[in-house]
Amino acid sequence: MQTGSTVPTALPLRPPAHRVDPRARSWWRLRGLGGAGVVALPQLVVALVLGGPGWLWGTFVATVVAGLCYAAVVPGILFRIHRWEVTDEAVYTLSGWLVREWRIAPISRVQTVDTEHGPLQQLLGLASVTVTTASARGPVTIRGLATAHAQELARQLTETTQATPGDAT
Amino acid sequence: MTVSADPVDPSVDAEVPWRRLDLRMVVVEPVRTLVKFVPVLLVVLIIGSTNDPVRPWITLGIGVLVVVAGVVRWRTTRYRITAERVELHSGWLRRQRRSVPRDRIRTVDLTASPLHRAFRLSVVAVRAAESGGEHRNGGLTLDAVSTAEAETLRRELLDRRPAEPRSTPLARPVEPEAEVLARLHWSWLRFAPLTFSSLAGVGAIAAAGFNVLNELGVSPTDVDGVDAAAERLAAAPLWLAVGSVGLALLVVAVVGSLVLFTERWWGYRLTREADGTLRVRRGLLTTRSLSVAEERLRGVGVHEPLLLRAGGGAQTRALSTGLGREAQGGVLQPPAPRAEAHRVAGAALRRVPDEADPTRTPLLPHPPAARRRRYTRALLPVLVLVAAAAGVGRVWPGLGWIWPGTVVLVPLAALLAADRYRALGHALTPRHLVTRLGGLSRRTVALQRSGVIGWTVRQSPFQRRAGLVTLQAVTAAGEGGYRILDVGAADAVALAEATTPGLLPRSSAGCTEDLTDAASAPRRRARRA
Repeated sequence: MQTGSTVPTALPLRPPAHRVDPRARSWWRLRGLGGAGVVALPQLVVALVLGGPGWLWGTFVATVVAGLCYAAVVPGILFRIHRWEVTDEAVYTLSGWLVREWRIAPISRVQTVDTEHGPLQQLLGLASVTVTTASARGPVTIRGLATAHAQELARQLTETTQATPGDAT
Repeated sequence: MTVSADPVDPSVDAEVPWRRLDLRMVVVEPVRTLVKFVPVLLVVLIIGSTNDPVRPWITLGIGVLVVVAGVVRWRTTRYRITAERVELHSGWLRRQRRSVPRDRIRTVDLTASPLHRAFRLSVVAVRAAESGGEHRNGGLTLDAVSTAEAETLRRELLDRRPAEPRSTPLARPVEPEAEVLARLHWSWLRFAPLTFSSLAGVGAIAAAGFNVLNELGVSPTDVDGVDAAAERLAAAPLWLAVGSVGLALLVVAVVGSLVLFTERWWGYRLTREADGTLRVRRGLLTTRSLSVAEERLRGVGVHEPLLLRAGGGAQTRALSTGLGREAQGGVLQPPAPRAEAHRVAGAALRRVPDEADPTRTPLLPHPPAARRRRYTRALLPVLVLVAAAAGVGRVWPGLGWIWPGTVVLVPLAALLAADRYRALGHALTPRHLVTRLGGLSRRTVALQRSGVIGWTVRQSPFQRRAGLVTLQAVTAAGEGGYRILDVGAADAVALAEATTPGLLPRSSAGCTEDLTDAASAPRRRARRA
């Protein structure tokens, strides 16, 4: 295994075939802005109402700028990286922005298939599909699929896994 | 749901009759409850004896209530084992019905506290599979049945062949042949003070002691001699006082750990039963028996916490599905010499005679970049700390003595980093995936290849620059996943592919472009192998 092969730095593994729904970009953007808002708003309130120290305005502006930069740049990167695929053998996802994560769960070991729609996702007509195996560290989640697509995928996966005998441990 | 305390409830299907817990529980249960209330009762009696004639009656009332509750519990608790399930109905006002499918049963533990043992009873804890951590109704407990009945239940429940539903009371079981894999050597007592769990146990005992004193309303300073000793210590020079208190604590900890070791591991025996089940039996006052069905075993882990490792010891644990932390952590063995731990690990995995113990397989080292990462990760926080301390010393000259102290941490961190790198390694044997990591808490895990039910690969930006990834083999047993830290990216893929052939998506040459694109050109570096 320790061959002296010279490999480019990323994982020499074919990325999953499918991109997520383009609307996922809006979802990530809104989430980023929401997160920045949660941090920025208290600072603003304190600065306005209580007349906090001058540097509070500085951190407030910095938070807002950081949030806007994130919303402008990161969703595009996330969209380029996030991918998923369901093969005959496995459910396979790639996610992350700074820290990449590849997850592979064999179809034969899948125990449950869940779909989830958060409030923001509902607004955008998106859903997540989570595939759980017998391991607490094993769940594979495909985020940012179109709702109808997610439901169809969950249905197919459920059918496939029900055809598999045993308790998948 | 109709409430019925009749021995035979006609509303449930009559094929398999219900059984009761052992009748002796009518005595054991109240005694156990009363023991818990002893401090309270004592206080009530002592305070109430002189001035209030009602209080003894209250005490008596409590006693009667406890006895009645015990009888009611016995009357309302029923269980039965059908061909498909184990069922337990209990409770009177709040009725509970638990049912565990037999093919989900992972382990069956027998425990007998001294009280149970006095009545020849055992508690049977049946643990079942957790489904992805979602519904955690992981089993049921029969508290308690006769020891002979417990033994039969254990065998019956772990037997995967669908058994005949049983209706007659059990005859005394015939003990089948069991192969003894390991026994206790009293020389292992030397490892007792080296395990943290022993020290923690001593702390727990001390805390419990204080609690009892507290409940009895006794302050430790009231005890004769304690005050005098404290005064004498306060008068002595600081180093002497600190030294003697430290020494006293150390002695208590060592003695306590020896006592705990004896209580826990007395009569330790690891056997392979006739049906292949691994069984650990141990305990001096409270006897315990943990059984792991062989088809539930996914691997073993050899744990070497730093202190134990320094003493040349190790401890082996079973990785079994449905064996959580609560099930005695799956320990197969007391802390023992390293060679013995590896031998037991091999025996548990049914090592073939001419094969090495899986946990002693020579491991492939990880790339030099992994060593650099160990040093960076160990030294960087320490250097930040030194810089901060130096800064503090500059601002407040009175605290200038702090930073030379922190400098001592630098070589320690470097040593730790070197040790952590030495630990890193992985190997693939015909049956097992072996991985080792950790410095303060080193762990060698041999996981059955068939027990790997998925993979996770993580890569931080720093790892991306170094061409490394952290590969995690996902499994239903133990902690749910075992990491292979900082392995070369190509090696990780090759290893995963070799372990679970066909699971990874077949790669085609043109398809990696997205990833290398994302990793961007300047970061492309050849991995030094």
